[in-house]
Amino acid sequence: MSAFTAREPLLSVRDLTVGFKTDRGPITALDRISFDLGRGEVLGLIGESGSGKSVTMRALLRILPQKRTTISGSILMEGRDVLALKRRELASYRGNDVAMIFQEPSLAFDPVFTVGRQIAETVVRHKQCSWDAAYARALEMLELVRIPSAKSRLDNYPHEMSGGMRQRAMIALALACSPKLLLADEPTTALDATVQIQVILLLRELQKELGMATIFVTHDVGVAAEISDRVAVMYAGRIVEMGSAADVLKSPAHPYARGLLSSTIHGAMAGERVEAIPGMPPDLANMPSGCAFSPRCAMAMPECRNVIPAPASVGAGRSAACIRVGSVAA
Amino acid sequence: MSADTLASGNAMPLRASRGYWSGVWLRLRRDPVSMACLTVLVLIILASAFAPLIAPGDPSVGSVARRLRPVGTPGYILGTDELGRDMLTRLLFGGRMSLTMGILPVALALLIGGTLGTIAGFVGGLTNAIIMRAADILFAFPSVLLAVAIAGALGAGFVNSLVALTVVLIPPLIRVSESATTQVRSLDFVEAARASGAGAFTIIRVHILGNIMGPVLVYASSLLSVAIIMAAGLSFIGLGARPPTPEWGLMLNTLRNSIYSQPLIAALPGVMIFIVSLSFNLLSDGLRSAMDVK
Repeated sequence: MSAFTAREPLLSVRDLTVGFKTDRGPITALDRISFDLGRGEVLGLIGESGSGKSVTMRALLRILPQKRTTISGSILMEGRDVLALKRRELASYRGNDVAMIFQEPSLAFDPVFTVGRQIAETVVRHKQCSWDAAYARALEMLELVRIPSAKSRLDNYPHEMSGGMRQRAMIALALACSPKLLLADEPTTALDATVQIQVILLLRELQKELGMATIFVTHDVGVAAEISDRVAVMYAGRIVEMGSAADVLKSPAHPYARGLLSSTIHGAMAGERVEAIPGMPPDLANMPSGCAFSPRCAMAMPECRNVIPAPASVGAGRSAACIRVGSVAA
Repeated sequence: MSADTLASGNAMPLRASRGYWSGVWLRLRRDPVSMACLTVLVLIILASAFAPLIAPGDPSVGSVARRLRPVGTPGYILGTDELGRDMLTRLLFGGRMSLTMGILPVALALLIGGTLGTIAGFVGGLTNAIIMRAADILFAFPSVLLAVAIAGALGAGFVNSLVALTVVLIPPLIRVSESATTQVRSLDFVEAARASGAGAFTIIRVHILGNIMGPVLVYASSLLSVAIIMAAGLSFIGLGARPPTPEWGLMLNTLRNSIYSQPLIAALPGVMIFIVSLSFNLLSDGLRSAMDVK
């Protein structure tokens, strides 16, 4: 992968494995995830619910509940080992180096404080400036995300804003400390279709303008195509295919990625049947042996049940974790 | 308590001051029942606080010659008690003790129970189990019985009954603040605060307290009437204030024997207890609806 981005990567994730202790026993939510992210690059993470997209994000920020989680592997951010950060370093890492936009903006703001105060609070925490300066920064940020009459919106409580505006304010909050990496966890899922497009366009514009690297989680392939440079497709806690957005979305190599793309309704005509992937995603507590997708895969062979396929190169900067990938890619 | 006080006293020229609490006050003002109760309570509290200035007589000086004068006697508007002391004076002075005994234990229990409950809710696990089981043990006793038992063991007196009432009021406040904290803790904005680098202390101080303060305060205000009645009850059975201290519960007890000769006078301390605890209750209800923005 490092051949793909000639520059030193901003973020380098190797064999990241996350397990949860649940009442039904331990489960593996992420299984040996590896990827690199260059400065200013946008990586789209796509996959079904429960495929480990959000867990990846939370692991990168280390905000998974400590007592019930086991993390192994390595996360290097500018060469620093994120998993080894001490409490104080972690506090400055979160929000200052890496910021996150949450899926549900109405829940991600504290209802009892004004939006301006919540943005200012983060600025004060990381920049050790006065509240005055922090409020000035908050105003600047609200203007940056194009919230109309930003000055009066500063004093709004979250419930006084519309969903789209709240998500813009959330973006303002995330960008207030100029992070190097932005994690966007399905930031448009909770919004109306028309507002979705506005927020996506805004995010893309700001990302270009500020040059920050972004990991964008979505289950909407159209959104992923719109914003990503590269795309990683996740299934049952593993990355099954990764490559440039154009390659992966136009000619997916992995059977699951193919199924995912053909099951979206983009381009389907009215009355035409949408091709769905048969079956259900596997239970993480009870994973099938070998390739996790094999029970649902139309091209599965007996061998698929025996080995967990490792990501194999399928062209420049492209990999897929499927033993049949050579014959499938045709 | 409010967002503004938490934000430190710095001047913030960019913000208009239209806080949450001013909104609560605005809604409370529109409720006639709450305002009536608030007025009554403020009057009674002020009258008790300034009792030495406004009371017509001395609460402990009586004369057997004028005992049990009826209500309306010139010079003694509310009559005199069994020792000939002016009832109005004694009711005013009695309010000092009774109101203090109602409000102070709730305030102390709010501080202690609120802190313990918030810690239990936020930390969870073993800490939660220890605090909550301890609260459960206290909860297992009927509250009045527990107060009587503690006050009885410690002996009569102001401080002892204060301790007894506080101990009784702590468990319910632990429970309420614990369940409120547990709910708030799992909400997205707490995770969002962690994601933006807030430490545990900041999250508790700003986001948890900011969100549980409302419901916990409302609950504590509903305990005021309970505390006043229990304080009066302790004094009534001789475990609270000691004679000749004027206190409504104690007065109710000493006037018991005169209930056939002067029923109105004997009932007066009870009426005061009734009015105060009813007003606290109704005001607490009004506050609850005024604070409910959603």
